[in-house]
Amino acid sequence: MLKVNNLHANINGKEILKGINLDIKAGEVHAIMGPNGSGKSTLASVIAGKEDFEVTEGSVVLNDEDLSELAPEVRAHKGIFLSFQYPVEIPGVTVTNFIKTAINETRKAQGMAELPAKEMLQLIREKADLLEIDRKFLSRSLNEGFSGGEKKRNEIFQMAMLEPQLAILDETDSGLDIDALKVVANGVNKIKSEKNAVLLITHYQRLLDYIVPDFVHVLYNGKIVKSGGKELAHELEEKGYDWLK
Amino acid sequence: MSKFTEDDLKKELETKEYEYGFYTDIESDKFPVGLNEDVVIAISKKKNEPAWMTDWRLDAFRIWKEMTEPEWANIRYKKPSFQDISYYAAPKQKPKLNSLDEVDPELLKTFEKLGISVGEQKRLSNVAVDIVMDSVSVATTFKKTLNEKGIIFCPISEAIQNHPELVKKYMGSIVPKTDNFYAALNSAVFSDGSFCYIPKGVTCPMELSTYFRINEGGTGQFERTLLIADEGSYVSYLEGCTAPTRDENQLHAAVVELIALDDAEIKYSTVQNWFPGDKEGKGGVFNFVTKRGLCEKNAKISWTQVETGSAITWKYPSCILKGDNAVGEFYSIAVTNNYQQADTGTKMIHLGSNTKSTIISKGISAGHSQNSYRGLVQISPRANNARNFSQCDSLLMGDKCGAHTFPYIEAKNKSAQIEHEATTSKIGEDQLFYCNQRGINTEKAIALIVNGFGKEVLNKLPMEFAVEAQKLLEISLEGSVG
Repeated sequence: MLKVNNLHANINGKEILKGINLDIKAGEVHAIMGPNGSGKSTLASVIAGKEDFEVTEGSVVLNDEDLSELAPEVRAHKGIFLSFQYPVEIPGVTVTNFIKTAINETRKAQGMAELPAKEMLQLIREKADLLEIDRKFLSRSLNEGFSGGEKKRNEIFQMAMLEPQLAILDETDSGLDIDALKVVANGVNKIKSEKNAVLLITHYQRLLDYIVPDFVHVLYNGKIVKSGGKELAHELEEKGYDWLK
Repeated sequence: MSKFTEDDLKKELETKEYEYGFYTDIESDKFPVGLNEDVVIAISKKKNEPAWMTDWRLDAFRIWKEMTEPEWANIRYKKPSFQDISYYAAPKQKPKLNSLDEVDPELLKTFEKLGISVGEQKRLSNVAVDIVMDSVSVATTFKKTLNEKGIIFCPISEAIQNHPELVKKYMGSIVPKTDNFYAALNSAVFSDGSFCYIPKGVTCPMELSTYFRINEGGTGQFERTLLIADEGSYVSYLEGCTAPTRDENQLHAAVVELIALDDAEIKYSTVQNWFPGDKEGKGGVFNFVTKRGLCEKNAKISWTQVETGSAITWKYPSCILKGDNAVGEFYSIAVTNNYQQADTGTKMIHLGSNTKSTIISKGISAGHSQNSYRGLVQISPRANNARNFSQCDSLLMGDKCGAHTFPYIEAKNKSAQIEHEATTSKIGEDQLFYCNQRGINTEKAIALIVNGFGKEVLNKLPMEFAVEAQKLLEISLEGSVG
């Protein structure tokens, strides 16, 4: 589904990604682990198309289509979703209004009519129930005054609504206590299917207890230095990252 | 990777043409340019006005002649030459119409282009529309329903004929002829406008609505609105404006007077979208408006405005809180783009005890525009326990525009409680990327963020207006970001 080929990326002339290769198939969960500053979040942003980064070499291919020249919203329309480490606040825009706009813009891009209000409401309720989200939450301003857990749960709610092909979860576990972590992980597990794929980006192993990866990759200094199965995560937990340097 | 830079956005913004830029070809009955006593008399004659009205106009003209234009506002423009303007233009057509079928089809087409399908409004919404086209009312609907309640809603020219006692009593009582340069000019040459009277204890069953337009090239528009809510009555009044593209500057100097007698409530909402000028700041409407309301005991006046148009806006809808327990409110969104300049705000004059006022002002600046809030909160010595809350928020897009706040506070009573809050923010790259990532393009994202920013004000608008206002915000800001 997603192929990352020899991806190099710069920010302000400094090379952050130095030749990343990934091959993610439908139904798979991949985890990228690594110490701070290894380029994990940069990889997430570059796949999503953030324009601060300059891709100098290589490509990101989704379903045989090169995404390199596409704007972030177009990549989103094609099924890329990024759960942000630090979701932004948009005062005065409710969770419901935001997701409604996101869904209808995506539908428009796909040549479909807007989802009728009644169906939209139904879908929102269904997904909110699935993720055990309080209805009151839906009428609050997006991320404004949200706790860390609420912000991340809202990201997963949007993911459930948009039904992406590839969901990238950037440090979704950061800032969450264990209860909030479980709720978020449960949500992801409910949405996961044979048709979509998940790319987890995390510093710690603990998220992987709840969302079990098929593959674990270790990113260090802009390169994947080791790949393996889920047991690799446990090994990293025990030994740290130093032995891989 | 294609990067949508600020430069790209600026380019896009500049090439955006005025959405409602069209011109209807209706034969017009127009005076030659210039202003003197003969012209004032001719305007009065044209409207078959009684002698007292003619004298009132002449008096205003003499006052105006002695006045000079105010220069204290934070706006820079080439002053209009008042002798190069024609002071009267009326669309040539049958004066009295009983139904929409009788309206000139060209005119109806114009309204359709503006999205103001009168027929649809009449059918679907509970709105009585008194349409003003180049100063003369051409259609008034819902008259019957209003008649039954004793509500008078008609062109002010008609009120001068049919309700002289009310007009004599109230016209100029809130905004006197001597008030300011533009109010004096309006008093001398006002062409038409709306008159509304709500009898004691009556709640007006529908939103009263007027659409103003400037259509005739080079004619100034001088509207005069007088709205009286008698004791214990309630009315919600909507005013909306769109204007076609024009090369030369058009002067607009309206006067609106509201009177809320004891226990009465007036809600006055405006969506203003006069032609703002092109990307170089050429053309556009000069909008010098005097709007003021008087609140007697326990009365309430609420001004809500969404200002997106005009090259120059000079406008301060105000409340004189004369009676005890009177309440004044001002909710405003002012958007400026390209070379637009707006100096707008309110005056809350607290005269009675326990009077309360709220000011929520949201300024959005883009392009090379300048957006100023100017507000006065005045507490008189005998206004015990007066309260005011003011909030002025500014949103900036790009680094060529300006946002300014000029709050004036004069408290002459120690029991007054006055609060003022202000914020300035910019639309952030991270906000835009977040929206982009959810499939929302930058244009739409800005619209979303701006609508969120203005939500407290938009929420105060009646439903049917809120939708139109949101659309206007989107149109006005397409492509602008920083």
